Amino acid sequence: MSRIENVSRRGFLQGVVSTGAFVLGAQFVPEALYGGTPDSPSASAAGSAGIAGGPDPVAATAFHPNVFVGLEPDGTVVIVAHRSEMGTGSRTSLPRIVADEMEADWSRVRIVQAIGDARYGNQDTDGSHSVRSFFDDMRQCGASARVMLVQAAALQWNVPAVECEASPQPHVVIHRPTGRTIGYGELAIAASKLPVPPKESLVFKPRGEWRYIGKDAAIYDLQEICTGKAGFGMDAHVDGMLYASVEHPPVLGGKVAAVDESEALKVTGVRQTVQIDPFKPPHQFQPLGGVAVIAENTWAAFQGRQKLKVKWDTGDNASFNSEAFRKELEQTVRRPCKVAWNRGDVDAEFAKASKTLEAGYYVPLLAHASMEPPVAVADYRDGRVEAWAPTQDPQAVQDTVGKAVGIPKENVICHVTLLGGAFGRKSKPDYVAEAAVLSKKTGRPVKVVWTREDDIKFDYYHTVAATYMKATLGADGMPTAWLQRSAFPPIGSTFELNNTYGSGGELGMGWTDTPFAIPNFRAENGPATAHVRIGWLRSVANIYHAFAVQSFAAELAHEAGRDQLDYLLALIGPDRVIDKKDLGADYDNMGADYKDYPVDTARLRRVAQLAAEQAGWGKRTLGAGQGMGIAAHRSFVTYVATVVQVEMDKQGKARIGRVDMALDTGTIVSPDSVRNQMEGAAVFATSLAKYGEITATNGVINQGNFTDYGMCRINEAPREIHVHIVKSDAPPAGVGEPGVPPFAPALCNAIFAATGKRVRELPLTRSGLA
Amino acid sequence: MIVLHLFGGYEGRLYATPSEAVMIQLKINGVARSFDGDPQMPLLWYLRDALGLTGTKFGCGIGVCGSCVVHQNGAAVRACMTPMQSVAGAEVVTIEGLGAGEPGGLHPVQKAWIAARVPQCGYCQAGQIMQAAALLKTTPRPTDAEIDQGMEGNICRCGTYQRIRAAIKAAAGEAV
Repeated sequence: MSRIENVSRRGFLQGVVSTGAFVLGAQFVPEALYGGTPDSPSASAAGSAGIAGGPDPVAATAFHPNVFVGLEPDGTVVIVAHRSEMGTGSRTSLPRIVADEMEADWSRVRIVQAIGDARYGNQDTDGSHSVRSFFDDMRQCGASARVMLVQAAALQWNVPAVECEASPQPHVVIHRPTGRTIGYGELAIAASKLPVPPKESLVFKPRGEWRYIGKDAAIYDLQEICTGKAGFGMDAHVDGMLYASVEHPPVLGGKVAAVDESEALKVTGVRQTVQIDPFKPPHQFQPLGGVAVIAENTWAAFQGRQKLKVKWDTGDNASFNSEAFRKELEQTVRRPCKVAWNRGDVDAEFAKASKTLEAGYYVPLLAHASMEPPVAVADYRDGRVEAWAPTQDPQAVQDTVGKAVGIPKENVICHVTLLGGAFGRKSKPDYVAEAAVLSKKTGRPVKVVWTREDDIKFDYYHTVAATYMKATLGADGMPTAWLQRSAFPPIGSTFELNNTYGSGGELGMGWTDTPFAIPNFRAENGPATAHVRIGWLRSVANIYHAFAVQSFAAELAHEAGRDQLDYLLALIGPDRVIDKKDLGADYDNMGADYKDYPVDTARLRRVAQLAAEQAGWGKRTLGAGQGMGIAAHRSFVTYVATVVQVEMDKQGKARIGRVDMALDTGTIVSPDSVRNQMEGAAVFATSLAKYGEITATNGVINQGNFTDYGMCRINEAPREIHVHIVKSDAPPAGVGEPGVPPFAPALCNAIFAATGKRVRELPLTRSGLA
Repeated sequence: MIVLHLFGGYEGRLYATPSEAVMIQLKINGVARSFDGDPQMPLLWYLRDALGLTGTKFGCGIGVCGSCVVHQNGAAVRACMTPMQSVAGAEVVTIEGLGAGEPGGLHPVQKAWIAARVPQCGYCQAGQIMQAAALLKTTPRPTDAEIDQGMEGNICRCGTYQRIRAAIKAAAGEAV
């Protein structure tokens, strides 16, 4: 929990708070620094006095008990969103937690997006943990504000505080004995002079009285999005800025050998070309290097770039051919690898088995392909940079930009725009650093716009993975031994040279924590060298781990002659909370306290049963060429089961019909956002299952736009997606990512049910099924 | 510290004029405009970079994602593939102008989008809304198959298709 201080009287700069706490400082920075839209009604109140260094009118008149929440004398509640909004709804959900506990009127809440600032603690919006990690803090902030407002009212009326309360009407304090009321706004100044109540004294609202938590709500930016007024990174504009398009080395690590810019400079509107230095390995978030065309508008920059003639030194990664690499990976997992987690003695069991089953699975490189390609505006001036970017991690922007232009990170201001999708790509701010480097070299603010081709050819790819599974079945048809091996170029390769093994974090995503009741179990991981930039993509390692585990489970069910659902439930085994020690030595549980978020097999079982029941598993009559498949997977400390129904069309392509997703994600702030995320996960997973494949020839990525890196479109999306939410009082868990992992194996299990054909490689286009 | 404003709202001619350039006249959201830059430049960049009408988005640059859909004389076109010379004399409507004259300033499709809470990240939604509005103009009560056909050119990476379909059905009949 954060420490809460009343900083209304400008003590905030000295307001030191505990680690990870959310200091107020940024709260008092006037609106202009937050990049609020010019027509934002409240932008004027704070004014620009703070920028000029004068007295801060907000601090002088308003009540800001902490960084998250402030109350203006006019009754406007200002809540800072310190996490990025990329479509998951956290910019709305987190403030609603504060408003609920504060008994604020949601219609009078204004959300201000935080700049990047270490004082906010972790701002890296990834790992599906914004609500999980900040739920308690937000409630504490709201409760503190409420208590102080009640006290302020009691002082004003000269009555005991116990006679006053903030409910039931929002935004008002009532004196119970007399029925007198007073609005929050009128109490702002008085409350600003009060001490913050000790945390131990706070009484939180009981669950049954929650006003906003658990209730559907529109996202804060809904109307602006639907009217074209919402501000994405692509829409950032600074007066006098130039536009840049960057020709990157086609092979990772390549360098410019020679440039002929003469034709590019003839394009109307092109000003100049600028070389960007190649990165020093490891690449991390550094710009890739290359040649930028600087122009007076985006189109001219694109045109000029097409006329550039660049010769490249390609370097070592030119040896990378994805088909050959696949064979290497598959060979790696056919041999003993490093043991990541072991229980019992798999080898002894295999040695005495009369029959073993084995299977290899493959998932290729994937690109993020957010609808908004990477884009950023940066203005380098006098040793400082001001940047506007759709970024998941504004502090990484500060750090990366600072290093790229040689200034301390504190001298980088990063305004966070709305993100036009991100899925992990925009945690890596290489594109913002490009803009800063170019601004420094041109002396002008520069907007770097990546084309779709840039986006797909120069991504931080979801890694390619080969897996190998082996099991032997006992007399009851259940496995007595289970071995699984994976090999994939790890995310660590982006940060460290010669990093070839999966980290504890990656292996803890559905590999060492496979929650099956099997006496002899071993998870292994083999080495793999990265030849492209590797990074996080929505649900990360869970994608290939769940694909292998949940597909193999269905293969064993078939071998045992059992119903797939029954078999999956039997594998999950008796209801139990798994001891953390049985999940692998490095198991980090996504950073969640294991005491609050243990692996509870009863919850996994329940979602599997719920999805199956709602899908009509075993009850629905399926025709020829139709099939149902199921998969259940815990990730981001949330339990999701998915049932997919497919129908094979005349061309032998799989058409996805009804999808049932059941999830247990603990306490939910916004049920409709959860449903939307699950629906979206089904579509995202449809894309990756049917079309998702990045390949390389001699180190050069072969795909470049939606024509060859296919996306699920409306006509191919699941016909109906039904989301079933398990009611739970458990602590809130992740939502943005966990809907993805079970989908592809459920789909392939359905295809098997429909056709008898087992798909062991993605995407389905490889098997002629999509 | 300098004060900079974000997100458009400016106007200006950013293009050097080739000697052979001709003046292109058109109307955008009811406002008469003159353009004398590169006639091959796509409408998308005129809207975004010159006029600051940033609701129309850049997604693929080759007309396959639909993020840049606007209306040219009432029909959906992809602004990234529409050279300025082809909109001479045209009436162009963008997401910013779609609801003009409608109650509350919102087109029925926009209202349906809001009611169905369609967007996640929202980046593609202007294009989706413009495409849907054009679809309903020609097909006031579209079947599922007609929605598929009308909307398959628009990608939503967040995957909001189910809500898009529902919103189109809700708006059907109300749209002009």
